[in-house]
Amino acid sequence: MSESRRNFLKSAAALGAAIPAGAAAQSKPAPQADHEKQHAQHMRTATAAAQQRPYMFLSQTEAAFLDAAVSHLIPKDELGPGAKEAGVTSFIDQQLFGGYGTMARKYTQGPWPEGTPQQGYQSPLTPAAVYRAGIRDANNHCRKTYGKSFDALSRAQQDEVLKGLDGGKIELEQVRAQFFFNMLLANTVEGFFADPVYGGNRDKAGWKLVGFPGVAAVYTTFIEKHGVPYRAQPVSISDITQKIAQVDEHGHAIHVMLDDKAGV
Amino acid sequence: MAIKLKPVDVVTVGVGLTGTILAKELADLGLKVVGLERGGWRDTHPDFDMPHAHDELRYARRHELMQDLSRETLTFRNAIGDTALPMRQMGSFLPGEGVGGAAVHWNGVTWRFLPWDFETRSRTLARYGAGQLAEDCTSQDWGVTYDELEPHFDRFEYLYGICGKAGNLKGRVQLGGNPFEGPRSREYPNPPMKTSHVGAIYGKAARELGYHPFPAPSANMTRPYTNPYGVTLGACVYCGYCERFGCEMGAKASPQTTVLPVLMKNPNYELRTLANVIKVNLDSDRKRAIGVTYVDSRGREFEQPADLVLLTSYVFNNVRLMLLSGIGKPYDPAANAGVVGRNYAYQTNGNVTAFFEDKVFNQFMGAGALSMMIDDIDGDNFDHTGLGFIGGGWIGAASSGARPIDFHPVPSGTPRWGSEWKKAVSRYYNRAFGITTHGACQSYRGNYFDLDPTYRDAYGLPLLRMTFDFRQNEYRMSDYMTKKAAEIAKAAGASRMNVNPRTGKYSIVPYQSTHNTGGAVMGADPKTSAVNKYLQSWDVPNVFAIGASAFPQNGGYNPTGTVGALTFHALEAIKTKYLKQPGPLA
Repeated sequence: MSESRRNFLKSAAALGAAIPAGAAAQSKPAPQADHEKQHAQHMRTATAAAQQRPYMFLSQTEAAFLDAAVSHLIPKDELGPGAKEAGVTSFIDQQLFGGYGTMARKYTQGPWPEGTPQQGYQSPLTPAAVYRAGIRDANNHCRKTYGKSFDALSRAQQDEVLKGLDGGKIELEQVRAQFFFNMLLANTVEGFFADPVYGGNRDKAGWKLVGFPGVAAVYTTFIEKHGVPYRAQPVSISDITQKIAQVDEHGHAIHVMLDDKAGV
Repeated sequence: MAIKLKPVDVVTVGVGLTGTILAKELADLGLKVVGLERGGWRDTHPDFDMPHAHDELRYARRHELMQDLSRETLTFRNAIGDTALPMRQMGSFLPGEGVGGAAVHWNGVTWRFLPWDFETRSRTLARYGAGQLAEDCTSQDWGVTYDELEPHFDRFEYLYGICGKAGNLKGRVQLGGNPFEGPRSREYPNPPMKTSHVGAIYGKAARELGYHPFPAPSANMTRPYTNPYGVTLGACVYCGYCERFGCEMGAKASPQTTVLPVLMKNPNYELRTLANVIKVNLDSDRKRAIGVTYVDSRGREFEQPADLVLLTSYVFNNVRLMLLSGIGKPYDPAANAGVVGRNYAYQTNGNVTAFFEDKVFNQFMGAGALSMMIDDIDGDNFDHTGLGFIGGGWIGAASSGARPIDFHPVPSGTPRWGSEWKKAVSRYYNRAFGITTHGACQSYRGNYFDLDPTYRDAYGLPLLRMTFDFRQNEYRMSDYMTKKAAEIAKAAGASRMNVNPRTGKYSIVPYQSTHNTGGAVMGADPKTSAVNKYLQSWDVPNVFAIGASAFPQNGGYNPTGTVGALTFHALEAIKTKYLKQPGPLA
């Protein structure tokens, strides 16, 4: 059991008596011990489901490229899981399959001159097409240079390729390397920090890294507690819709604090 | 073939902040008013219900509440001679779409512009002489003064329940407020917001350096508030999801929380959503509007005749509809003649990110307008002799929510990705805050709107083309302001800081502010203004263009308070003058 899980158990038990009975009128949670069991069970199920979900847009080759690439952008280290472990490839897959990938609600009419940096996105390609072309070109570069696709390279070689794409030392055929890289980096950060409902930020790894509590509680009192760290077990949207987290009468999360202090 | 509808008295093109107030007041007089809104209906419940309201990706990154650019956007270039290209995705600014407009997803900072702002040119000439203004600067007086607008600022602040502390009551400076503001006739309707840790640290440092910090005027309610229309707003819970989000508490003033509940009950008012106005129709001598043409969500085209046409959409569409409809002479920068499209301006923002080793801030808590600010370096509140620029802006530290996709600051020099980046993000997420230098922007001959020659909207009509860049005045001002901000950060005890004054060409890519102004500017001279001091078209007097499109240049403040004041100012002229004798008012 991880340190944070132990803390959660401890604090959940401590909070059993501290939460006013009326505070969770909407969700009618189970008693705390059951609640914690449910939560743990849910976490296992949800994590397993997310890991097993087949990709909707990405090919196996593309998924392997992304798994490798995002593990450099946000690596797993002593601070915790990285982008790969947090399911960022899943996140990107779902984004590319959906409105983001197809440029829904964006202006897509031509002509498409490249324009100046100040004029922003001018590609005739949708983000989905940018990934498709960018990964293919980057893998071709790797095969030409190292005789292997990106995912089969050593960590050091992968790092070299990513730095080349980022710094402009490697140029790609169908998309500008920097354009592709910037999109990949931005989507990786999104997938690491977005609500887990989108397939990334698995086990709230991104939120735990920085101490972001997710769906907010009522902070009317705590906003004036200057200098006091607010350490809460982060709450996601599905924690609330599945009634795993408790809410107040307006639907704000009632946070379980990690350091045994009552939330708000 | 357009279907011709029964005539009404008034049409508003757009149902946001200005359109709802005007519709409510005119419908109350017994006039038949139709509101045409290109977007859909939305309200606190169910559209902003928890827990989905707190979804950063959906609202802050994918812009669910903003304009659908697939149908209509604008094109942009830095200078005449460049080729403008379409803004394909949101970036620098975030225009709204749907009932409530951008006033649904705003932060809620609600200023009054300074008395100086309304007389920028004449006061600059009087104090510094002509040499202080760039040769191509077209900033001008507004044709209306602060004193004339004061009652209208007051009406808007009481309608929207603004929370703050007066700094000047009838000429007497008040402790705890902004001592530089124009005189107010009475206190704010609600007390200021609570002070966050960041606000306290910033305020203390600023005071030690001799500045006059005060809590920002806020449309995030500090207590439940019932406005003069009888509509009640909830109290803010400092959840930190304001800008780009709707408010689940109904605690952020917006058309939904202040006006629509009563307006929708008025039998004289009819709202039509998913109704996109493509033209204001004029009579044969082009001196009078006879109504508007719009297309609905089933592709049907309608002609809605009306006696009075109020352009109440965002800056861009007010100007674009005038250009598409032939209301007023389009601006020609080569000849410096014509008025529609003239004097587009923006906001010249810089910032300082301050990093600390020994403090935590919980910046994910907060509210859109929860800030501590100084106004010492704004307008003409300080002597500009020898500085080589005019204007300034507020400098403040906000606690407006630290959603982590967009907020994860790292000290400059940190790699953009990898292990070192991750360590810095983890270390500083809760140990850093930003100071904004919110600078004014003067107007210039080469910064303007016209119709794009190439790109078109979903109806086949030309897009609006924006030609814009900052000038020396703005760079110098931003540099000056941002140095002051860095001094405050240092006094606050920052161990490291990133200092970013406005430099380089204006880019439409990174978010800066949704504070676009001008294009249908007001003034006393029809040669240099598209609308008169009552926001009435000089050329077609039964058309009024209401909003920040009327600002001749932009001040150092968020525009909404002044937009609200101009709305009530125009409304009073319509009620007391125009309706009695329809025709030109000035």
